[in-house]
Amino acid sequence: MPRRTMIEAIRDAMDVSMGRDDKVVVFGEDVGFFGGVFRCTQGLQAKYGKSRCFDAPINESGIVGSAIGMAAYGLKPCVEIQFADYMYPAYDQLTQEAARLRYRSNGDFTCPIVVRMPTGGGIFGGQTHSQSPEALFTHVSGLKTVVPSNPHDAKGLLIAAIEDPDPVIFLEPKRLYNGPFDGHHDRPVTPWSKHELGEVADGHYTVPLGKAAIRRAGSALTVLAYGTMVYVAQAAVEETGIDAEIIDLRTLLPLDLDTIVASVRKTGRCVIVHEATLTSGFGAELSALVQENCFYHLEAPVARVAGWDTPYPHAQEWDYFPGPARVGRALLETMGA
Amino acid sequence: MADAGMLRFHVPEPEVRPGGTPDFSNVPIPKAGSVPRPEIDVDPRTIRDHAFSIIRVLNRTGEAVGPWAGLLSSDELLAGLRHMMTLRTFDARMQMAQRQGKTSFYMQHLGEEAVACAFRKALEPGDMNFPTYRQAGLLIADGYPMVTMMNQIYSNEADPLKGRQLPVMYSSKEHGFFSISGNLATQYIQAVGWAMASAISNDSRIAAAWIGDGSTAESDFHSALVFASTYKAPVVLNVVNNQWAISTFQGIARGGSGTFAARGLGFGIPSLRVDGNDYLAVHAVAKWAAERARSNLGPTLIEYVTYRAGAHSSSDDPSAYRPKTESDAWPLGDPIVRLKNHLIALGVWSDERHAQAEAEILDTVIAAQKEAESHGTLHAGGKPSTRDMFEGLYAEMPPHLRRQRQQAGV
Repeated sequence: MPRRTMIEAIRDAMDVSMGRDDKVVVFGEDVGFFGGVFRCTQGLQAKYGKSRCFDAPINESGIVGSAIGMAAYGLKPCVEIQFADYMYPAYDQLTQEAARLRYRSNGDFTCPIVVRMPTGGGIFGGQTHSQSPEALFTHVSGLKTVVPSNPHDAKGLLIAAIEDPDPVIFLEPKRLYNGPFDGHHDRPVTPWSKHELGEVADGHYTVPLGKAAIRRAGSALTVLAYGTMVYVAQAAVEETGIDAEIIDLRTLLPLDLDTIVASVRKTGRCVIVHEATLTSGFGAELSALVQENCFYHLEAPVARVAGWDTPYPHAQEWDYFPGPARVGRALLETMGA
Repeated sequence: MADAGMLRFHVPEPEVRPGGTPDFSNVPIPKAGSVPRPEIDVDPRTIRDHAFSIIRVLNRTGEAVGPWAGLLSSDELLAGLRHMMTLRTFDARMQMAQRQGKTSFYMQHLGEEAVACAFRKALEPGDMNFPTYRQAGLLIADGYPMVTMMNQIYSNEADPLKGRQLPVMYSSKEHGFFSISGNLATQYIQAVGWAMASAISNDSRIAAAWIGDGSTAESDFHSALVFASTYKAPVVLNVVNNQWAISTFQGIARGGSGTFAARGLGFGIPSLRVDGNDYLAVHAVAKWAAERARSNLGPTLIEYVTYRAGAHSSSDDPSAYRPKTESDAWPLGDPIVRLKNHLIALGVWSDERHAQAEAEILDTVIAAQKEAESHGTLHAGGKPSTRDMFEGLYAEMPPHLRRQRQQAGV
């Protein structure tokens, strides 16, 4: 099976979707001729023409707002916000319009859009190229929120998102674009070509939204992670030697609660890790759900490892990013060690 | 050069406040028929003056004059008069229903009836409006059932939106009326996107965007003009300047730009100003812009100069911020009276027939109201089910919502 980077997998997902359905259009800043600042749309304009893949003015509200209008017409726009940090001007359109259109019109109008956004830190991106705003989307009823962690899932989830009849926020951890990253910034990064999840089938396939994946089976403790933190958790588990079960949530909303609950009831312990800031982060929702559903099976408090409650700094990148050492400490503490 | 001392902060103020005498003498009103009608493929730079004048067809004696006249038959005009009268009667009844506690909220169109009613007649089936909350004339003029509008206002068991939306936030794809949102200006850029989609799909349908004077200050107004300009989207960009945004006079949103139409010039968009209380002028200008859009010539911006004669909403008391008699002083008059006088001048209408039509329309609206109320009002009779609250958010109900619906006991 061919191996692809996450960038290539995402591009392939759009290529496959555009080839299958001429209602799929792709646009955003620098997305057309140039092929995107991360190369995710390279070649799509040449292949499908300017009316299917085009450059947009620098106006996030305009990009999402026009996509909503296109969706109301009957197209399936898959648009890009260059960095998740720059989605805020579009937040009104996303939360009050895209999320509610089906509900408020009782299905008279619908909004099958996908909004792709590179997300996450670990790249010396500073305050406005590193944010993880997923909790600002999971809090909005009517949206779906997806965070892939590898090329295989990225392609399957993106095709599923494009085909989904509802608006999907598709957060792409840019730290994972070229290879998995476990937080050991002092070691060379291995490319996706060396990783089994870099195997990406040609043609059409989907990974269903709302289904988590167990990356490592274990019995001592459950780790809930997504995006880059899946690999950080794996490193921490290897380094501590704890027999943890690592769940890659993949879709944050709708959430695969059944997989989470079954795991925590089995292990009795739960550590939640995400890059986003702690307070009111998505980890708080996960923690509450685990507590509500697994209370009588818990043998330790549910732990959260997250970004500190500060803006994402530049020079202090590795003091901020929740790396394997911090995650490892939480694993050990939760085990009572 | 003024003295270059300390800086002074500028806050625009309306000419007159409550207790003062209404004065519109500073509003220049060009003579009917005086503004030329350009070709639809005109270079926008050559019609710059159109953004500062006012296109008018009906003169003081009720004659239709000038290059924008002559598009509508007297039967079409009689139908237009009936639409405007129906909307006004509908408004009065629903405003009263709100006062009687049959619903929580209502917004009237008093004085602005010509804008949406005449515009609707310039569109073709399949075109899509992206209205604000003050364009119900689009529905009335397109024959949307009044009973259904009332059902929505009452949030009753027959409400097509299942009680989820505030009153007057209608939605009808079938009638080219996009779902209304409470968020101002969001629809303006969505309309441009819809128009872009029509062009991408090599369709022949066009979109119409709607916004009020106050909401032009929202950033989505700017987004819409940029996108419409960049992609030459087949969209008519309507600005209804009724002088007031709740309590805020139009000068706060307009600033020093002179007119709202002038905003379009910087985007290279042909921009016209029209007498919003002149049914014939509104229709003629709308037709011109629609033809431009359909001929792949791109967007047009139209500013409708009108006056919000009623309160902003059933929750508003305008006497707190403007003179009570200001609407009587409005120099462009009343759209219904003006079309009525024109039809009388044409010899196809009379005061008697007008009075008779008023009585008939009132009967029709009351009958519709009775029927709607048989399905319930906000606090009495049939209502949407609690289950409806959970339905329809996603195409398929996700597990967490199913759990919450069970918790709610439905």
